Amino acid sequence: MKKSTFGPWLAMILGAAYFLIPLIGTLEFSMRMKRGVYSFEAYKVVLGDPRFQESFSYSVMLALVTIAIGVLLVVPTAYWVQLRLPKLRPVVEFVTLLPLVIPAIVIVFGYLRMYNSQSWLPLTDTRRGTDLLLAFGYVTLALPYMYRSVDTGLRAIDVRTLTEAAESLGAGWATILFRVIFPNIRSAILSGAFLTFAIVIGEFTFAALLDRPAFGPYLQLVGANRAYEPAALAIIAFVVTWACMGLIQVFGAARGTGSKS
Amino acid sequence: MSFIDIHGLKKSFGPVTVVHDFHLAVERGEFVSFLGPSGCGKTTILRMIAGFETATAGSIAIDGKQVAHLPPAKRDVGMVFQAYALFPNMTVAQNIAFGLRVAKKSAAEIRTRVGEMLDLIKLPQLGDRYPYQLSGGQQQRVALARAIAVKPQVLLLDEPLSALDAKIRVSLREEIRALQKELGITTIFVTHDQEEALSMSDRIVVLNEGRAEQVGTPFEVYNFPRTRFVASFVGTLNLMTAVVVDATAGRLTLDGRDVATAKPIVGRRAGDEVTVALRPEAVNLGDGTAQSDTLPGIVEDVAFLGAVVRIRIRLDAQTITLDSFNQPSVALPKQGEAVKLSFAREDLLVLDGDA
Amino acid sequence: MSEPSTATVRHAGGSGLPWAWFGVAPFFLFAVLFLILPTAFLIVGAFQTADGQFTLQNLRDLTHPSIVAAYRISIEISAASAIGGAIIGALLAYAAVGGGLPGWIRPTLMTFSGVASNFAGVPLAFAFLATLGRTGLVTWALSTWFGFNLYATGFNLLSFLGLTLTYLYFQIPLMVLILTPALDGLKKEWREASQILGASTFQYWRWIGLPVLWPSLLGATLLLFANAFGAVATAYALTGSSLNIVTILLYAQIRGDVLHNQNLGYALALGMILITGVSNVAYIWLRGRAERWSR
Repeated sequence: MKKSTFGPWLAMILGAAYFLIPLIGTLEFSMRMKRGVYSFEAYKVVLGDPRFQESFSYSVMLALVTIAIGVLLVVPTAYWVQLRLPKLRPVVEFVTLLPLVIPAIVIVFGYLRMYNSQSWLPLTDTRRGTDLLLAFGYVTLALPYMYRSVDTGLRAIDVRTLTEAAESLGAGWATILFRVIFPNIRSAILSGAFLTFAIVIGEFTFAALLDRPAFGPYLQLVGANRAYEPAALAIIAFVVTWACMGLIQVFGAARGTGSKS
Repeated sequence: MSFIDIHGLKKSFGPVTVVHDFHLAVERGEFVSFLGPSGCGKTTILRMIAGFETATAGSIAIDGKQVAHLPPAKRDVGMVFQAYALFPNMTVAQNIAFGLRVAKKSAAEIRTRVGEMLDLIKLPQLGDRYPYQLSGGQQQRVALARAIAVKPQVLLLDEPLSALDAKIRVSLREEIRALQKELGITTIFVTHDQEEALSMSDRIVVLNEGRAEQVGTPFEVYNFPRTRFVASFVGTLNLMTAVVVDATAGRLTLDGRDVATAKPIVGRRAGDEVTVALRPEAVNLGDGTAQSDTLPGIVEDVAFLGAVVRIRIRLDAQTITLDSFNQPSVALPKQGEAVKLSFAREDLLVLDGDA
Repeated sequence: MSEPSTATVRHAGGSGLPWAWFGVAPFFLFAVLFLILPTAFLIVGAFQTADGQFTLQNLRDLTHPSIVAAYRISIEISAASAIGGAIIGALLAYAAVGGGLPGWIRPTLMTFSGVASNFAGVPLAFAFLATLGRTGLVTWALSTWFGFNLYATGFNLLSFLGLTLTYLYFQIPLMVLILTPALDGLKKEWREASQILGASTFQYWRWIGLPVLWPSLLGATLLLFANAFGAVATAYALTGSSLNIVTILLYAQIRGDVLHNQNLGYALALGMILITGVSNVAYIWLRGRAERWSR
């Protein structure tokens, strides 16, 4: 009673075509800059553009800051909820899912209203303040993914026993958190971190509306004014996203073998 | 002709053959168990009878009709799965009614039949519950009712008790057997639990590595295991090496002592090494009767198991374990004590296979 | 459930419950400051005049035809891309999980879905412009090889159809990612039990498979809807401000007060929250109905 695999194959092939053709189209387009021959001219132009380098490194920095804040905020919370306040779990989960309900553009609109120069906390008055606000915004955007990832990681280990074992050996809370819990959920944290990186690196709305020179607005600017460079940038962005997801896979797989110890 | 006739059944997955040349004839109304360790092919055979696997070779006939190439629904069999195979989105009554609904029976007929089934499994109040609201034992009873509601000719049970608690397991197996007898439905029951197989079946098929090692009544399989595998898988057993002295008279030596079997030793000659088997409960402390053999030994260990006391005695090179009932009035032997043990000649079995 | 936790709190904190709450204080402080208060500010603002008086005029002004049209197009595109993404994504996920395809298909699909579901925003717009734009590869290939002029049919990437087609690029993979675990939850025994009781494949899906999957399907579709509804970057990079959808209208309002009324902008944001909020409440309600039978 062998089932026919024609339908599944057809679905896969159509799916693959839909997803690969735009990539091939973009790649082809990005190499058309020199008339009549395929070349990497567009990539050369893009990579040599100082604004590319500036905005890209700005976004990388911002992503790292976002990851640091996010991890420091999410891990202790998820740990604490799991260990001491299980009744609070639904509330915390609800809050972490809010960014999926409230559109990003609404959140940033609220920031502009709440933290402007006439407000009680005029973060947008200074460049550093705005950078910080942007990082906080990105933390909220990444919150659903970061929390999920960390919470799953914590569920897979026995938080209570680990904590009690560490306590019985005289460890303080900081030691428990940073020397015991963090290393045990490292792969979960890294998964969340790479996902955060992928979200932040090309983000447009927050950066554009807070008027910061990030990679997303730069992409948009190039797109509005140039022909071939945007395609090259799309390919670069795709590679960066792919690298982040690949790293998640690598660390996700490492979890399976590493947890046997 | 038998009701179910399985002939030369074989199943291979690529280069791996999991069922070899399997033959079985099941009578109408019989309860047959497939007993064996995991991976022995018992579930694969059951799934071939059900129609979920296609046999590589061989034939299966139910009531004289070849079914090997029919889809599961056309074979008129019912099946109960290991666990949690109730449809979670349907109530108990809807689960039981499923097969009738598919067969487009009238609403009234379905209602009556579901009521009968609920009474039969003694859950008349629970028709409106969802599976998640039932205990594991109740779920399996509903699964049983779902399978027999459509009145199949054959009932296939695939380890239906293995996910349940020990206590429920015992009571449910009694219920299943009673139900099967009441309905007279031909049943094949797959299990790895020898106690289940022994207590429920008319006949047992002991399987190992895709082959039937022995087919027989529980009494035969337990008391007269034909192979070393059957002997060791069914019940606990003392397995020892003995040397044949006189095959026709059934005389052997065991650790240098003379012993005898009640029957001649077939196919062996003097000087051959054979494996002999002895149930712990067949061995007694002290001298035996004229039909027994008595051996001296040293007590190595005494284990108190409640109703039974298990004593391990060293003969010379080999040890023998015996079970005796716990009688507070009788003192137990001590470790290191010299004792005599005896066993009846018909309890000493010479096993087939290489010794 | 509550007793062991109280016991641990005493043993660790020494002085009872309040201490335990300090552990989550930073999180809630952050959530209030950067998620809840900013949103609340807008909601309050939507009910105020420019000088702080209470009014419902802003909400009334949302019925201005151009604003209604923006909401309508947004909802249409989000719904089309969510439903289309859900159906295609579910079929792909099912083909990978239960289609009997070689073992490497599934991990490949999952990895690729992880990438594609995150490949949104400006670069995605570029990719579709390079493919289906007026000089894009597919447009060119169709006209050169098949003599088919895509743009002569009235197709325009900067339109409803074009944007929906583009959104599907991240919607379909997202659906695959969400639905695959749910498909794994369909037990093989259910299929076999229904089969042996005589049910056809159609009957299995109609009575067991779909009802069991329903909450996941519904939830995923609504998530896809919210995902598309809030998207700004893809649409903005693709169409500039030529397509009148609500996120782009709001974007323009934030940048330059195109509505000439700050508080109307807040009302616009409130409308968006209401729509995504309603879709989520509907999801929770429907899930409650569909999940009577589980846990």
